[in-house]
Amino acid sequence: MSAMENADPLSQTHHVDLMLNMGPQHPSTHGVFRMLLRVDGEVVVDAEPHIGYLHRGSEKLAEGEQYHQVVTLFDRMDYISNFNNEWVYCRAVEKLMGIEPPERAEHIRVILGELNRVASHLLFLGTFGLDAGAMTPVMFSFRGRERVQALFEAVSGARMMHNYLHIGGLKEDVPDNFHSLMNGLLSELQADVEECDRLLTFNEVFVARSKNVGAIDLQTALDYGWTGPCIRACGLEYDVRRAEPYSIYPRFDFNIPIARDGDCWDRYFVRVMEMYESLHIIRQALKEMPEGPVMAGARRLIRPPKGDVYVRAENPRGEIGVYLVSDGTDKPYRVKVRPPSFCNLSALRQLVKNAYIADAVVILGSLDIVLGEVDR
Amino acid sequence: MLASLKGMVLTLTSVFKRPVTHQYPNQPRPVENRYMGFPALTWDKDVGEPYCTSCMVCIRQCPTQCMSATMKDNPLQKEGKSKRRKIVDTFGINLNRCILCGICVEVCNFDAIVMSHEHEMSVYERNGDRVDLIELLEMGKRYQDKTGWIPPTQLAKAKKEKPAPRKASA
Repeated sequence: MSAMENADPLSQTHHVDLMLNMGPQHPSTHGVFRMLLRVDGEVVVDAEPHIGYLHRGSEKLAEGEQYHQVVTLFDRMDYISNFNNEWVYCRAVEKLMGIEPPERAEHIRVILGELNRVASHLLFLGTFGLDAGAMTPVMFSFRGRERVQALFEAVSGARMMHNYLHIGGLKEDVPDNFHSLMNGLLSELQADVEECDRLLTFNEVFVARSKNVGAIDLQTALDYGWTGPCIRACGLEYDVRRAEPYSIYPRFDFNIPIARDGDCWDRYFVRVMEMYESLHIIRQALKEMPEGPVMAGARRLIRPPKGDVYVRAENPRGEIGVYLVSDGTDKPYRVKVRPPSFCNLSALRQLVKNAYIADAVVILGSLDIVLGEVDR
Repeated sequence: MLASLKGMVLTLTSVFKRPVTHQYPNQPRPVENRYMGFPALTWDKDVGEPYCTSCMVCIRQCPTQCMSATMKDNPLQKEGKSKRRKIVDTFGINLNRCILCGICVEVCNFDAIVMSHEHEMSVYERNGDRVDLIELLEMGKRYQDKTGWIPPTQLAKAKKEKPAPRKASA
């Protein structure tokens, strides 16, 4: 070792690590996330993540809102998968009050939730491609995402902040042409996903940029509390839809894609496979969707009994948990959210150590964080 | 190398496809029927007055407290033209605060408020997005004319009397 050091003329010079400030306005940070990197040449020696730039105090705000108003706050937490977030909150209140949503509402919730998962993963696919230097896939993936959002607009009236899922069911029934809209969308979406997949997944440059980058072993990932596609990429077949089935998921036939190495490419690939599975679930739900009411229980005044409840669900980013405490009034006493991307982000420091700066961008992208949820 | 070529072929094929993009400001994108734009107040054409009676339900249920309203005795009721004893006097919405959640429309008992299709509301002043009763009614009229709006309670009543057969699922 010493011979090598002597051979390197730089080793004789005085050498200081450079502090590099990445973010909060960096385009690769997917929002307002700041990473303070200590770099030695091109290699990251240490990284200090700074979060909180998008902190809006949603949990505290929820204590001042009535139960049905809190749905709007959950819309804005993980703003890429709004339906999934509304869903888990509504389920928490329903569990507390002992309400069972009607069958039709459950089917529509599953359809919209899974569509939201596809839209979210499409966004991930595009932006992850950008992080790894592929500029084209984002155009293709946004085309697919746009179609999903157009359907959301037709169903709920809003492209992103829907406020469509209500405690005990849905705001209103889907439009009459829902089935024809969905059939058109599903075939288009399947083609879109396949096209994006073909364009990016086994691209040589992309694989070189992401395979064996940011690898993590299963035990470490578990210790960090990873969930969702990130933990499935490490080889654990853990999905809340299977592990603790909720809603009507046990009725559907779907696989849980897993990968082995736990690197960036695996995390990407698990998500791509999940999109196909989601489309498969949507087809089944659409076939089985019964007629009937979409709302159960009182709509206006929601006053759950005293008590607390914890409900979890599978978000596109991982396991989202809502801990709800009620004191018997019309406003929640406490709403605690277990955000999946916050827990996944906690491993970032370890992941980017000894990686190149360019790889740090890829690693951050592969975690698929949404800052609205990390900071709440 | 092969993978790059494959990608190029895929890109090339899309050159000949019809573009899915809209040239937005020049070519407006039509909104869906259920689209939730900014809230607006509706106009009762039969009587010639707003539906709103300033009952304050929407104001109390609004998550962001973006509205305010005052009430007055209805002059048309004294003349026997209207059934509403009270009527809206002033109504203000700060559209900068509004989060377009649609809760006000859901809770309204008088079909008085709708989520209009207006969404292009950029202004030059800081508080330029505060709209008053006159502007809200204008927005509502535009919405009513565009969509052929029928009051939801009237629709529900018609449905109750004669339940329309639901379309068979495709």
